[in-house]
Amino acid sequence: MYGWLWLEPVIPFATSAALLIAGRRMGRRAAGWIGTGAIAASTIIAALLTWQFIVHPPSGGAYTQVLWQWFAVAGFHPRISLYLDSLAVVMTLVVSFVSFLIHLYSAEFMAESEGYERFFAYMNLFVASMLTLVLASNLLLLFLGWEGVGLCSYLLIGFWYDDEVNGLAGRKAFIVTRAGDVAMTLGLVLLVTRLGTLDIQELMHRVTLQWHYGAMVAEVAGFLLLGGAVGKSAQFPLQTWLPDAMAGPTPTSALIHAATMVTAGVYLIARLHVLYALAPMAQLAVALAGFITLVIAGFSALTQHDIKRILAYSTISQIGYMFLALGVGAWSAAIFHLVTHAFFKALLFLASGVVIQALHEEHDIFKMGGLRKRLPLAFWCFIFAGSSLAGLPLITAGFYSKGVIMWSAHSSAQGAWWLWAGAMAGAFMTALYTFRLIFVVFYGEPRQAHPPITRYPGPAINWPLGVLGFLSMLAGFIDLPAAMGGREALSGFLTPALPRFLALRPGMGEISSELLASILFFAGVYLIYLFQLQKPGWSAQLAGPGLGDTAHRFWFADWGMDWLYEKTLVHPVAWFARVNKADGVDRIYDGIAWLSEYFHRGLSRTENGRLRWYAGWVTAGAIVLVALAKW
Amino acid sequence: MISMGLLFAGVLFVLGVAGLLARRNLLMILVSIEIMLNAAGVAFIAAGALWNQADGQVMFLFILATAAAEVAVGLALVLQVNHLHHTVDADAVRQMKD
Repeated sequence: MYGWLWLEPVIPFATSAALLIAGRRMGRRAAGWIGTGAIAASTIIAALLTWQFIVHPPSGGAYTQVLWQWFAVAGFHPRISLYLDSLAVVMTLVVSFVSFLIHLYSAEFMAESEGYERFFAYMNLFVASMLTLVLASNLLLLFLGWEGVGLCSYLLIGFWYDDEVNGLAGRKAFIVTRAGDVAMTLGLVLLVTRLGTLDIQELMHRVTLQWHYGAMVAEVAGFLLLGGAVGKSAQFPLQTWLPDAMAGPTPTSALIHAATMVTAGVYLIARLHVLYALAPMAQLAVALAGFITLVIAGFSALTQHDIKRILAYSTISQIGYMFLALGVGAWSAAIFHLVTHAFFKALLFLASGVVIQALHEEHDIFKMGGLRKRLPLAFWCFIFAGSSLAGLPLITAGFYSKGVIMWSAHSSAQGAWWLWAGAMAGAFMTALYTFRLIFVVFYGEPRQAHPPITRYPGPAINWPLGVLGFLSMLAGFIDLPAAMGGREALSGFLTPALPRFLALRPGMGEISSELLASILFFAGVYLIYLFQLQKPGWSAQLAGPGLGDTAHRFWFADWGMDWLYEKTLVHPVAWFARVNKADGVDRIYDGIAWLSEYFHRGLSRTENGRLRWYAGWVTAGAIVLVALAKW
Repeated sequence: MISMGLLFAGVLFVLGVAGLLARRNLLMILVSIEIMLNAAGVAFIAAGALWNQADGQVMFLFILATAAAEVAVGLALVLQVNHLHHTVDADAVRQMKD
């Protein structure tokens, strides 16, 4: 049974190649079936392997499948091999299952779009790369999957390439994440030169043997790999690409830019937790990146108009929570939030796709309104997923997964009260922006006369929405805090791969933290209800001229980060390119060309077609030659 | 004696060159070339007489044969020019320029 592991990434990879080569000849229907079927096959294998893993765990808690040796250079011989431990089991199951639901949704959602076959080819390639990333047993193969998902992200953001804006957004995503990837590549080189291997388990073993706690080289390696992680996971300071990535089709935003790819950075750090446990400064940087991101993205989400951009900032903010959890050593809490976030954020995006399509590609929430009755399914999806995102107490998944992170931020050995306070403020912001979105879109009166909704979603859209809605609610019950029943289905399952979280700083009970989070949730919902529905004038007043307006514009522009990068990076490089284009060295070569052309023109003037003129020159030449000979 | 022969050859050659450069009629240009060839022939004969060698006269026979061949080709070209352009003016025929 375990021997089937290799099929999991290979099936979508093969169908992706087939769709790229022969997709047009297959026709749309066949392409949709093949694309979705491949992911279904991967999901079934992932589910069977999970079952097998629970019933008959492999010896040593992990199964390694060596496929072949990649290459061997100077004592460095990475292999193409897959490594299945409990962390990989959870990741493959979530990735393949959410991918399957989104593929099913896309089969109907994209039905009228150009390039249907191309879409499924890219999506399958993405799933294959993501599964490679998750299953890779060495960092080099992981990096291959890492770049593969980056490529698919680029291809799918610019999927509708007729519009230049989409292409630019794709390029921005690729270049910004590449800035992080450069750091990550350096980190890999550092690890392989210092420790001689990239096999993750062997690497972690050598790290503990050769590097002591707080060693400089461990800190540097941690920081460099964190660079890759913040790029891919859109964390401060490289988060600017994700909001623009919403230019892609909505299923892409749901799968790549919410549920799976952007969590790759979280997975990477969780995978290398042994290294980070030895590098306190790098781990603090992880926590800080998450802390800063979750707060600033919350403010930005509160000011956006575009339904997908609100969700994008919310994704950035929620991944900030995962980074915060990683930074304080709550490894399984980060994975827990990753799983629940994958469900509810994918659902939010898919439901927003239904809204956008029903309103004929309208993205601005302030042109929507009153959709509760017209799109009941989308409304209930938003209610379920939104309350899970904002953490509606006791019954939603997001409440449990976020609650444990916030409590860990205080009670971990690396924790601090201000990390906890920031996480609480972020939770309050989450409630504000989530319910602002829901109230504006679904309540009140329609703000603009829309053409009647002609297209209601069919079963291929409704079923994934329903399943994800179910999971957004119930996925939280796999892990309950000690004071609320104390179930540890997920964190217990992950324990062999990720160390158990130890609460070392007393002074904050888990219950009181959860209680405060609940109060903040209800306060946030009530506040935004007051501002958006009861007294609409207040929010206009708040964002009126003066400080409110300035802050609004500042947050709307993502805290000026784009502006800052434009001024500090893009402009100097563009200036240098302009200067370099007209450099002095070129003048010399231009001069040679000019001189040759000058002589050419002079000589070609003598070629005038006058026979006697030529004879005269011949004579003159002969006289000169004779004169020279006699001289 | 020899210098007189060479002087005659030189004067004849310069006359030929002057005719070549001055005349515009292609036929007259051909005649000028003939004069230049003959000037060379005179120089060969004068040199042959000086050294009592037959080579100079042999060379003159070669020049004569070359001149005959040249006139045959040259006249054919002049006929073609006349046929195409209805003129034998060398300055009127200047298509081959840059």
